[in-house]
Amino acid sequence: MGIKISVEKFDSILNELKNEYKIYAPHTFAGLGAFSDTNSIRYAEIDSIKDVEYNKKSDFSFKEIVLPITQTLFYFTEDEWIEPKIVEKKILIFARSCDINAIRCLDEMYLRNGYVDPYYKALRDKVRFCLIECKNSFENCFCVSMEANKTDDYDLFIRLENEDVYIEVRNEEFNLFQGEEAVVEPVFVTENEVKVRVPEELDERIFNSRMWKEYSSRCIGCGRCNFVCPTCTCFTMQDIFYKDNKNAGERRRVWASCMVDGYTDMAGGHSFRQDKGDRMRFRVMHKVYDFKKRFGYHMCTGCGRCDDVCPEYISFSNCINKLNEAVKEVQE
Amino acid sequence: MNPYMPFKSKILKIMPHTDIDYTFRMEYKGDVKPGQFFEVSLPKYGEAPISVSEIGPDYIDFTIRRVGRVTNTIHEFKEGQYLFIRGPYGNGFDVSWFENSEIIVAAGGTGLAPVKGIVDYYSLNPKKAKTFTLMAGFKTPDDVLFRDDFKKWEKSIDVILTVDRAEEGYKGNVGLITKYVPQLNIEDIDNVKVVVVGPPLMMKFTVQEFIKRGVKEENIWVSYERKMCCGVGKCGHCKINDTYICLEGPVFNYVKAKTLID
Repeated sequence: MGIKISVEKFDSILNELKNEYKIYAPHTFAGLGAFSDTNSIRYAEIDSIKDVEYNKKSDFSFKEIVLPITQTLFYFTEDEWIEPKIVEKKILIFARSCDINAIRCLDEMYLRNGYVDPYYKALRDKVRFCLIECKNSFENCFCVSMEANKTDDYDLFIRLENEDVYIEVRNEEFNLFQGEEAVVEPVFVTENEVKVRVPEELDERIFNSRMWKEYSSRCIGCGRCNFVCPTCTCFTMQDIFYKDNKNAGERRRVWASCMVDGYTDMAGGHSFRQDKGDRMRFRVMHKVYDFKKRFGYHMCTGCGRCDDVCPEYISFSNCINKLNEAVKEVQE
Repeated sequence: MNPYMPFKSKILKIMPHTDIDYTFRMEYKGDVKPGQFFEVSLPKYGEAPISVSEIGPDYIDFTIRRVGRVTNTIHEFKEGQYLFIRGPYGNGFDVSWFENSEIIVAAGGTGLAPVKGIVDYYSLNPKKAKTFTLMAGFKTPDDVLFRDDFKKWEKSIDVILTVDRAEEGYKGNVGLITKYVPQLNIEDIDNVKVVVVGPPLMMKFTVQEFIKRGVKEENIWVSYERKMCCGVGKCGHCKINDTYICLEGPVFNYVKAKTLID
């Protein structure tokens, strides 16, 4: 069971919640798209449910809320280190199933692979999810194939219908929402236009396939596919110092990309995977092979954002499907 | 505990080997194994993963070549000053893996640093090995590291020191390590234990030479160098397939190492 309330009432409760929560949702920034007269849809703090972009897929995921693009690890003076303050408020994120499923991969890396990452944990512990539905599958989505189309891992579910908001509360923190009883159940997408099949018999032999060569010339190594991906976790560390006081500065981490030059550069001039096809192989195999080998499930949720954003029209889903042929090729 | 937070460590001694390779003896107490590494950290410049080249009761050595922003700056430091470090990270070598065997350590260039702990141990305890041979290759005679240690080692273990090229009149060995592998006197090929560490190409061809001689893959160990930002399995730079070099490595048995394709 759930409840039904008006948009006005919802917004007034939302504003009340803002005393305790930072509330993020996908939002359309008109005119700020990559091309003229296009919009950009990305996560932002919202004031009203009307700010939530329900009808289109966001260009970026919620990832930057828990894993900021640039994150200060500590500030330093001559020989002292100070950790930055942690935001005290809790975080409520409006997200679709694929993205809620994606956080499992981030958790795997930052909470379980080796040490617990204290910066991630501090933010992650504060996160609550508000599920939003996909009425239809969007362009390039293949969440059903990746089994990320459904989730029951949410604290709140909200559907906006005309001037009514339907709410299912699963976490008592959100008991603030009170109203007329109504049947509220999320509807999940059960079929996508794009379907992929990850071959079962995948192993390292696939490295020898000719299919990767295609990407050597097609891919330009811009890394956009990594940056829009809700499950990519890599970062690089940077030190900076302040112009006014060169003895003080900060160490921070910034998102990194396995598709971009310099990712594997080492002191002395060695580096690995200079060829873009090799990088593509590395990324694809990470998403649909080796992450699963290590943690038991795939690292791709089929959100299709990498396909949406590639300037060279390289399709990740096509690439996965090509693996089926490639497996036969390398077995011959 | 915050694994990214470095701690202060005093430079006890600086030992120059060549114009660009210095060993820094650092104050440190705690368990460390040869082959493990620390992130040496300089505020404003960044961090660099550096292997431990010697382990003492209250010190560790870092042998550092000046090849970048961080290492160039470290070379300007003086004894008595402090560096910031965090670690140790990685699995490292366990000297007991090799005990009572014929042991061969083949190291190229600065690759000698991470395995120096093994050489130190067996040169001090030669009876713990049937035989112990160190093969060390450097580019030229001027690039030879740990000269004083070589003099010590030669007294208790077999040492083949070679250089890739040298001026006419040079009396030592000239040639790649691979040239000397076929000449090694190995009694029990099935049980000889081999460690190979160095630049990627040197490791590849040296391992091949040992396999050609009949050394079993499971008796060969290597140590992999990769870019490592975090050292704690998060940043992803050092990942090969499903293996994180900073967590499961950098030391690998060759049976595993041969499956790690970049």
